[in-house]
Amino acid sequence: MNMLLDEVKQSDSIYMPIPARITAVTTLTAQEKLFTIELPHELCLNHEPGQFVQVSVFGVGEAPISITSSPSRSNGTFELCIRKVGDLTNVIHRMERGALLGIRGPFGRGFPIERFRGKDLLFVCGGLGMAPLRSLVNEVLDDRGNYGRVILLYGARQPADLLFQDELAQWQARDDVEVHLTVDCPDEGWNRCVGVITRLFPEVEVDARNTVAVVVGPPVMYRFVLKELKKLRIPKGNIWFSFERRMKCGVGKCGHCQLNHVYTCQSGPSFNFAELEFLEEAFS
Amino acid sequence: MNFKIMPKAAFPGWVNRLRDHHRVVGPKQKHGQYVFDVIDDVADLVLHYSNSVLPPKKYLVPQKEVLLNYRLDGSHLEIATEPEPTVILGVHTCDVHALKLFDRIFSQGFTDQHYQAHRESVTLVSLECLETCSANSFCRDMGTASATDGFDLHMIDLGAAYAFSVGTEKGADLFKGFHQVFDALDSDLAVINETLQEKWGRFPYRLDFDVQEMPELLKASFNSALWDELGQKCLACGSCTQVCPTCYCFDVTDEVDLLLEEGQRVRRWDSCQIHEFAMVAGGHNFRERLAARQRHRFMRKGKYQMDAYGMVGCVGCGRCARACLAHITPIDVMNELYVRSQAEEAPALAGLMEAPL
Ligand SMILES: Cc1cc2nc3c(=O)[nH]c(=O)nc-3n(C[C@H](O)[C@H](O)[C@H](O)COP(=O)(O)OP(=O)(O)OC[C@H]3O[C@@H](n4cnc5c(N)ncnc54)[C@H](O)[C@@H]3O)c2cc1C
Ligand code: SF4
Ligand code: SF4
Ligand code: FES
Repeated sequence: MNMLLDEVKQSDSIYMPIPARITAVTTLTAQEKLFTIELPHELCLNHEPGQFVQVSVFGVGEAPISITSSPSRSNGTFELCIRKVGDLTNVIHRMERGALLGIRGPFGRGFPIERFRGKDLLFVCGGLGMAPLRSLVNEVLDDRGNYGRVILLYGARQPADLLFQDELAQWQARDDVEVHLTVDCPDEGWNRCVGVITRLFPEVEVDARNTVAVVVGPPVMYRFVLKELKKLRIPKGNIWFSFERRMKCGVGKCGHCQLNHVYTCQSGPSFNFAELEFLEEAFS
Repeated sequence: MNFKIMPKAAFPGWVNRLRDHHRVVGPKQKHGQYVFDVIDDVADLVLHYSNSVLPPKKYLVPQKEVLLNYRLDGSHLEIATEPEPTVILGVHTCDVHALKLFDRIFSQGFTDQHYQAHRESVTLVSLECLETCSANSFCRDMGTASATDGFDLHMIDLGAAYAFSVGTEKGADLFKGFHQVFDALDSDLAVINETLQEKWGRFPYRLDFDVQEMPELLKASFNSALWDELGQKCLACGSCTQVCPTCYCFDVTDEVDLLLEEGQRVRRWDSCQIHEFAMVAGGHNFRERLAARQRHRFMRKGKYQMDAYGMVGCVGCGRCARACLAHITPIDVMNELYVRSQAEEAPALAGLMEAPL
């Protein structure tokens, strides 16, 4: 098997996508769909959880999308969870099984899972943050013995917006995963926490020295969650974020994703807080 | 150094010969300004010129560049074709330094083959500046008023002749089959040295501090009130980045013909000064305020490029100062930051001096 990224690098343009086929489309919520993608014969993605691909439709455009399937479950195919927000994502949402998408990547730096081994993992997730995070969660669950506690704090606007509800139910049913959920706007059946994600922190106690926190969500969430994690005294280097920035090229050239002198598409999207401390634009 | 000498009378003939196998571009006068353009008639070439409106970067990272051509039905997809061999004549040394930075940027990490192809197709003939070219330029401060590499050939105007220093084989090839170039004699070297020595007096320093201090100065100025003051003045037009030889940020879009049959993926110059530049889905803008965008621009020039690529990101050409309708100039900005930093440092330093031993 050859790696897709090598194929992209060896072509005459790093901007040349490789055609891949949609083999399944699953509706997750009113705004998000899950696309299963198959690469051409003998190509594999070989990604790290937290990495992204550049997805394109000729005639429409290209966008960075996180790989939501875990490496452990991406044998031959991989998954993208795409929210409908604009030109390209609307067109992709109208696509069906058999349609072709252009793929480049995987790009960026994923989460260093080898450094997470033996540690308790505290996942803090808001909204679409579940798309990149799910890759990491499933990677950990498929290798469960190598990690300590697994705690997930997950917030969404309303219960119907929670992504991957089947999997969420499976995780909740396990006794080795602690799931805490909250929504801003509850419906009648909701009997759990209501409010922003930070409301879930009083529910958890952690052994700070042995905990790695992984935070993925909308930009506004980060400051507030960081404050809670500092209260818990989790070491800076063990607080990981995935950063969203506008990205056009994915390969460190176009300048859009810059955060001070750092290119999010190259050095990120995952960063630990020790790396970000002196980057003033990180939490802007 | 190894120099070739070409009598000026032979120069037009040489340029005409170059045109046999290359597109030859160089500075020309247009509406009272100078622009790099194709030289069809050697008489149009102006080698004594103040800064061109746009730097020669436009031949390496074109304002609009097709990356991919395709048919929408999927029957055709190709990487856009190779650029034509081009000689760029009369490039000022500030612009040579800017292209050295581009060479790093487009090869570090992932290689950008589109840039690479342009770079390989271009033969760069630079020109020694013998006097400062505008009141806005501060190349002397930035260390770009001369160049020792980064060119294929480098010319010095000696009055009756041009001296050429040969940087690469590609440069040397431009003399192939042309007879009116001579190896420099001792007497030529004396004239060259004299010309170079005399030039420095015609380049005033315009920054109040040394370029070595620039990254530190900017670092210390991250929270300066000056950014807000600049934000109040800036019109967010992006002209400063368009004309800047070290700016290359781009947007990528798809363009489709009216029949919806053929399309192109193109990149175009973009600007960090434009409102949407750092905006993401959901409406969050990482540099919503003009002050943040102005700061990013100057930080990038004076500090970030150094951090990321080991070269300062400004070559002191002064084009942005000329282009800015709000009269924001790097000389004023940098000097003002310096003055304010000194005002902050002075009491601390005074305290240090007065402290008993
Ligand atoms: C590393 C990374 C991972 C991402 N992962 C996912 C994912 O797993 N699922 C998902 O649905 N989305 C993800 N996104 C966001 C996704 O890239 C944008 O939603 C997408 O680019 C919008 O494209 P569009 O053509 O549909 O929208 P447009 O019509 O281009 O614009 C709609 C809105 O999107 C904003 N936008 C434009 N380009 C970008 C861009 N490159 N990045 C972010 N916002 C942009 C615009 O400012 C505008 O507000 C990710 C973004 C990044 C940077
Ligand atoms: S910032 Fe201004 S002076 Fe510096 S290189 Fe760019 S255009 Fe020239
Ligand atoms: S040219 Fe002047 S007004 Fe225009 S974006 Fe640049 S600094 Fe602002
Ligand atoms: S996305 Fe273009 S530089 Fe990072």
